Amino acid sequence: MAKKSNPFEYAPALESRSIVDISPSYGLFVDGEFVDGHGHSFKTISPATEEVLAEVAEADAADVDRAVKAARRAHSRVWGRMPGRERAKYLFRIARILQERGRELAVLESIDNGKPIKETRDVDVPIAAAHFFYYAGWADKLEYSGYGSQSLGVAAQVIPWNFPLLMLAWKIAPALACGNTIVLKPAETTPLTALLFAEICQQAELPPGVVNIITGAGETGRALVSHPDVDKVAFTGSTEVGRAIAQAVAGSQKRVTLELGGKAANIVFEDAALDQAVEGIVNGIFFNQGHVCCAGSRLLVQESVADDVLARLKRRMATLRLGDPLDKNTDIGAINSAEQLAKIRELSDIGEQEGAGRWSPPCELPDHGFWFPPTIFTGVTQAHRIAREEIFGPVLSVLTFRTPAEAVAKANNSPYGLSAGIWTEKGSLILKMASSLRAGVVWANTFNKFDPTSPFGGYKESGYGREGGRHGLEGYLK
Amino acid sequence: MSSTAATSGAVRDVWADVTASDRSLRRFLHGLPGVDQVGAEARAASLGTRSIKTTAKAYAIDLAIRMVDLTTLEGQDTPGKVRALAAKAMRPDPADPTCPATAAVCVYPDLVATAKEALGTSGVHVASVATAFPSGRAALDVKLADVRDAVAAGADEVDMVIDRGAFLSGRYQQVHDEIVAVREACARADGSLAHLKVIFETGELQTYDNVRRASWLAMMAGADFIKTSTGKVQPAATLPVTMVMVEAVRDFREQTGRMVGVKPAGGIRSSKDAIKYLVMVNEVAGPDWLDPDWFRFGASTLLNDLLMQRTTMQTGRYSGPDYFTLD
Repeated sequence: MAKKSNPFEYAPALESRSIVDISPSYGLFVDGEFVDGHGHSFKTISPATEEVLAEVAEADAADVDRAVKAARRAHSRVWGRMPGRERAKYLFRIARILQERGRELAVLESIDNGKPIKETRDVDVPIAAAHFFYYAGWADKLEYSGYGSQSLGVAAQVIPWNFPLLMLAWKIAPALACGNTIVLKPAETTPLTALLFAEICQQAELPPGVVNIITGAGETGRALVSHPDVDKVAFTGSTEVGRAIAQAVAGSQKRVTLELGGKAANIVFEDAALDQAVEGIVNGIFFNQGHVCCAGSRLLVQESVADDVLARLKRRMATLRLGDPLDKNTDIGAINSAEQLAKIRELSDIGEQEGAGRWSPPCELPDHGFWFPPTIFTGVTQAHRIAREEIFGPVLSVLTFRTPAEAVAKANNSPYGLSAGIWTEKGSLILKMASSLRAGVVWANTFNKFDPTSPFGGYKESGYGREGGRHGLEGYLK
Repeated sequence: MSSTAATSGAVRDVWADVTASDRSLRRFLHGLPGVDQVGAEARAASLGTRSIKTTAKAYAIDLAIRMVDLTTLEGQDTPGKVRALAAKAMRPDPADPTCPATAAVCVYPDLVATAKEALGTSGVHVASVATAFPSGRAALDVKLADVRDAVAAGADEVDMVIDRGAFLSGRYQQVHDEIVAVREACARADGSLAHLKVIFETGELQTYDNVRRASWLAMMAGADFIKTSTGKVQPAATLPVTMVMVEAVRDFREQTGRMVGVKPAGGIRSSKDAIKYLVMVNEVAGPDWLDPDWFRFGASTLLNDLLMQRTTMQTGRYSGPDYFTLD
């Protein structure tokens, strides 16, 4: 049957930028105030347009030292001795301000990161606020947690560019609830929501030095995690950098938690609710442009339904809308940086050279900014590099299996172990699979669901330690 | 709009071994992919957040007006009320001749002749609910007589209800054969068939799995349209229920090449809601279904909200309900 052209093309529905004030330059947030950095300042740009958004200060070793000293002072004089129920009040206040300023945060995050406004509005900001609410509730109940009730001291936290505000909340909320003070470094490509969060700390009248935010790139991060007066290092990012951090702190007294890469298997059995499974596959790999460490980047589909699932998946992918992140109807936004785009292109080209079948829906890419169309590779085997290495982009490798045992063997045959998904209508199979998969999170008939009450973390090269839930307190208590 | 009796025979033959017994039907219907309730509702909700503005919104509102089956199904209906409804269906906005007419007027069988006469050659169809609507609890020959009555009076479209009791107790073949019999009763003197819409009353079927199975059962029996509800039972049409039916017609066409229409009915009152349905149809089944031949709204109060939004888009100002006709 011939396809009609669609007269019902959605008109642009742009979220207004007027709610945010981006200042032309930003300093470091140290001891409750914005101060100049001593390093070279750098620019942060909008990945969707390559427009320069602001100049941001770079913290050098002296700035890092100043921030750590401020955090130490705040810990020993105020925050570390404050009763938990008092700390909780500040956390609740921050949570409420995050909600109140939610639209502002969502727009700013979308501009700075390139991710669609509907994701910042419906996912990042609400879950960030939920983390503060959740850990506020724990602050006065630590004695009952079973993990201790004494804070560690100063926490050095380094977070990635894929969920700038959400990762900040995952790191800061439990650390503050447990009585630690913080020096946090956001990624150099996405510092703006962290700097807005610094304003929110001021608005909440958080005592000076409890939260310090320093901007910069790798050098700043290295200076921070190796600073001798830091008690705890928490890092989310690439396995490569995580390995370097583990080496840098080895032999010291510092506690470490690492949330690193992943190559999750999303396993679809023949009896799955196929339309919903296809939604889960799409959500698993195309959510946040695939910039998700727990993304379901390996689809393992039972051979008997592979053709059906692929046909449904391709049809569904053809409805994904790529474009302006501030358009409320955009499903896929921009790739965060030119560097990341180059990596995705390189690995995708390798997939083609290795003989896998590459497919993307017809999709126009904007002229400016960094863009990559949603892409799947079929006929992939365990021996392909695209099935083993983390691509961190909207690229899905499709593999098949015949029996549950084969699915487990293939899913576990990876250097990573952060997450997995299971799609079947059979409850007993879900339980059996979940206990056989070596992954920190196993989702059943859903994917990429985050909740503050649920622990998150990895096996093998996906890191160690857990964030979220009661388990998330463990990394911040003596 | 009408198909011939010959195609109905051909449609049945394809499924002959599936529809031969309750057992074979059960095997087939229960072998369809399941519907995960949480996932289906989440998907429907996410489609509901699409932001439709300016040209797309203007197009959607006119399309929705063209898809309305303007309905009155009350014990107190009179010929006068039906004539008023017919006038409104033909010229929904008397102040604006560019406003399109609705798809059909939907009435009880005894008022079909009145509606037919009032609508004349306007092109607006007359749909009639039959088969002991809304409960469907009557002997088969009573139901068939009801249908023949409506068709003889000139109904272009027949909206039948399925026997939910039979469906829920697993007597699938009975439901199937009843639809086939009703379809045959839709035959006119010249051999053409009135358009058949099959109503599931999804509020009574309860689960999405049941909705998907009922959809396939009706399509195999030759339904031209599948329809959610009578409007007499709550919940009536919902976005996820309609989405499951739209998925079914899409999959049915993939397998058989035959296109079936979908009609949500009951409870769709605002333009905003109607647009959510259109977005869902567009993204789940594709633009082929964005046509009154393949998608309808069973509604009475929806039309005035569509007209109000239409005027607002043209003038930039909201007008009150008194600027639009009551019925």
